[in-house]
Amino acid sequence: MYEMDWSSIPGALPLLFKGLLITFEVTITAIVVGIVWGTVLAITRIGPNKILAKLAAGYVNLFRSVPLVMVILWFYLIVPQGLKAIFGDDIGDIRLTSALVAFALFEAAYYSEIIRAGIQSVPRGQVSAGLALGMTQGQTMRLILLPQAFRNMTPLLLTQAIILFQDTSLVYVIGLSDFFGTAYKVGDRDGRLVELLLFAGAIYFVISFSASLLVKRLQARFVK
Amino acid sequence: MSYNWNWGVFLQPSASGDDTYLGWLFTGLKWTISLSLSAWVIALIVGSIIGVLRTVPNRWLSGFATGYVELFRNIPLLVQLFIWYFVLPELLPVELGNAFKQSNPLWQQFFCAMLCLGLFTSARVAEQVRSGIESLPKGQKNAGLAMGFTLPQVYRHVLMPMAYRIIMPPLTSEFLNIFKNSAVATTIGLIELSRQAQQLVDYTAQPYEAFIAVTVMYLLINVTVMFLMRRLEEKVRVPGFVGGK
Repeated sequence: MYEMDWSSIPGALPLLFKGLLITFEVTITAIVVGIVWGTVLAITRIGPNKILAKLAAGYVNLFRSVPLVMVILWFYLIVPQGLKAIFGDDIGDIRLTSALVAFALFEAAYYSEIIRAGIQSVPRGQVSAGLALGMTQGQTMRLILLPQAFRNMTPLLLTQAIILFQDTSLVYVIGLSDFFGTAYKVGDRDGRLVELLLFAGAIYFVISFSASLLVKRLQARFVK
Repeated sequence: MSYNWNWGVFLQPSASGDDTYLGWLFTGLKWTISLSLSAWVIALIVGSIIGVLRTVPNRWLSGFATGYVELFRNIPLLVQLFIWYFVLPELLPVELGNAFKQSNPLWQQFFCAMLCLGLFTSARVAEQVRSGIESLPKGQKNAGLAMGFTLPQVYRHVLMPMAYRIIMPPLTSEFLNIFKNSAVATTIGLIELSRQAQQLVDYTAQPYEAFIAVTVMYLLINVTVMFLMRRLEEKVRVPGFVGGK
């Protein structure tokens, strides 16, 4: 029977913590950029300009049909080339930049679907009321529709953020040392892969599960 | 930036000599499809059982099912895959673990990826099954019981046939997800589509052609599944329910 030996974890905690920070950096960037860009996409998609709407729909559908692993690999191919073209050959480690770009653009597609549903869930009368009060289309969107839409979809946006947090572990495919990547490397180095993988799983579980409990409580307050 | 496009690369004989690079892509496609379909069978069976257990009037059973769903939903797929692949063989009794480690590596990878993907998706299917059952009017269950059905019979003949028809659309999206998630198996070395994309980059130094070809294959899988499922959805739709006629 396998004998567990957890002794390599305490010494590796500072490293693991650094990895966790990278995980959070990717997660938070993707949430912020994803929601902003996702809102733009959602508004464009239901907007009056048919061509732009088609383009936005194409963007969303493309990203939603391709595996995240492929998206990460794609951006690891494109981003360095792009940066080299702009800044020359001396660009340092571009894995983090590639991952940030990949996740932000990928998540925007998913967020835009949530936001679009949120906007469409606001009763039509609200738009008419806004326009009747003499507001412009833009003002109605900004002051009437979006605040209500975001209020309705906060739980969904947060749930998506938890999924995203878990998905960031996939940066493993480009060798970026996020929390999981670090745990794997430490385990590999010390010959303690079993313990480190279980430890990583436990940490992900604790963070995701507590976050989802918080979302549930928040949801209960919103529904009231 | 100058890049030499060379689409002819797919017809060149591959490094292993007995195939073309296009052949490699189709091998990858074959593994992606067989992995996803076999994992889907596991996901449907286990997901249905867990989903039903979440709704039964027994605290232990529903508690177990809730724990199962939370466990599989709150650990990243990649971590789960590594635990199946690297941890489980160590925790098995020694002979069994060794037998596993000595078997064909491709078979090991496929088996772990299938189990992992199947159980990961089963937690999501279970949530859909539960919400399908809960969306039915309470009267349906009571009517079944009043007719003299036992509880298992009520589930089998009254609740489940309706629930499955109602949750077809979300099941479709889970089915699409399983194809996308199967790409994670690349991390343990299974030669599915994404792996072949990376291999082609290494062997041919034509990254864009390889990535475009693989992306197109994923899109084709997506379109095909979507087309077939839409037709199925139309067939089984329940009139009068959301999405019904």
